[in-house]
Amino acid sequence: MRELSLNVMDVAQNSITAGASLIEIRVEEDRKKGELVIYIIDNGKGMSEEQVQRVIDPFYTTRTTRKVGLGVPLFKMEAEMTGGDFSIQSKLGEGTQVRARFLTSHVDMIPLGNIDDTIVLLISCNPDRDFRFVHQVDGAKLELDTRQLREILGEDVPLNTPDVVQWIKGYLQEQMEELLQQGGAST
Amino acid sequence: MKSLAELQAIRDRARAQVSLRENSDNSIRVLVGMATCGIAAGARPVLTTMVDEVAKRQLNNVVVTQTGCIGICQFEPVVEVVTPDGEKTTYVKMTPEKALRVVNDHLVNGNVVTEYTIGANT
Ligand SMILES: Nc1ncnc2c1ncn2[C@@H]1O[C@H](COP(=O)(O)OP(=O)(O)O)[C@@H](O)[C@H]1O
Ligand code: FES
Ligand SMILES: [Mg+2]
Repeated sequence: MRELSLNVMDVAQNSITAGASLIEIRVEEDRKKGELVIYIIDNGKGMSEEQVQRVIDPFYTTRTTRKVGLGVPLFKMEAEMTGGDFSIQSKLGEGTQVRARFLTSHVDMIPLGNIDDTIVLLISCNPDRDFRFVHQVDGAKLELDTRQLREILGEDVPLNTPDVVQWIKGYLQEQMEELLQQGGAST
Repeated sequence: MKSLAELQAIRDRARAQVSLRENSDNSIRVLVGMATCGIAAGARPVLTTMVDEVAKRQLNNVVVTQTGCIGICQFEPVVEVVTPDGEKTTYVKMTPEKALRVVNDHLVNGNVVTEYTIGANT
């Protein structure tokens, strides 16, 4: 992928397919350490230990239409290429946590890219699910939780209402600008 | 500053408009393929463009959403448009620019953009 945020879009799709009602995406950048850690955590149907073992092997997939699942192995490879690491923790009936750690100064590092676009699309295309997004840069962080937005919007105004989607987009942008100022000031 | 008060105002406006919104049986559905191959081929900017343009033009009868594997990797990014009469058009090798044209010609004016369809690309 050209951007890691595209991998996030893809991997989060697995959580949706797994029937998750809540998906948490965490992006943690530590610029001093030169490290980026991405988490995708869901409360979907989960996998057995044996399934997890095989998911990181490209010749494993439970889907019947195609034999090869590439999303997870690709994300894993991209992390390992930078000297980082990758793990999946999962429990049947409880959910899954995907964690990928990247060393940002490595020549094979792929930029994070537009993570906000990924978040906005995930929310607007899956208005019946909840998302929690945390983006941390050094000491500062921004948070967006659709459960909170839902409380304000009530039951009759869905999260994919165009004006709501545009609000989310603007909110993330503003929070990020602020965060970079704060983070930048502390380094 | 985007505030929660602003979101409340959006809610109140949306509530007032609820009756104007068409029910889902009359809506046009736009599906953008977001399997691994679609995303790698550039589906995300196509989906973003669709969502933004439909919002900008206030096309309340259009629902844009993502879908998984459509089964035609070599044609990704793929966009399917399903009109209320059940007619399905499959657009292939899409770009944000082509997406804008599909919104204008097909979604707004009801004219299929034949040159972008799978039929014209095989
Ligand atoms: N979060 C998850 N919850 C449950 N199952 C998962 C999850 N992520 C991946 N899987 C399983 O691993 C398989 C492989 O995933 P992936 O590599 O993304 O390929 P694909 O999505 O194309 O099948 C999925 O088909 C699914 O069975
Ligand atoms: S994997 Fe490419 S369209 Fe399904
Ligand atoms: Mg997948």
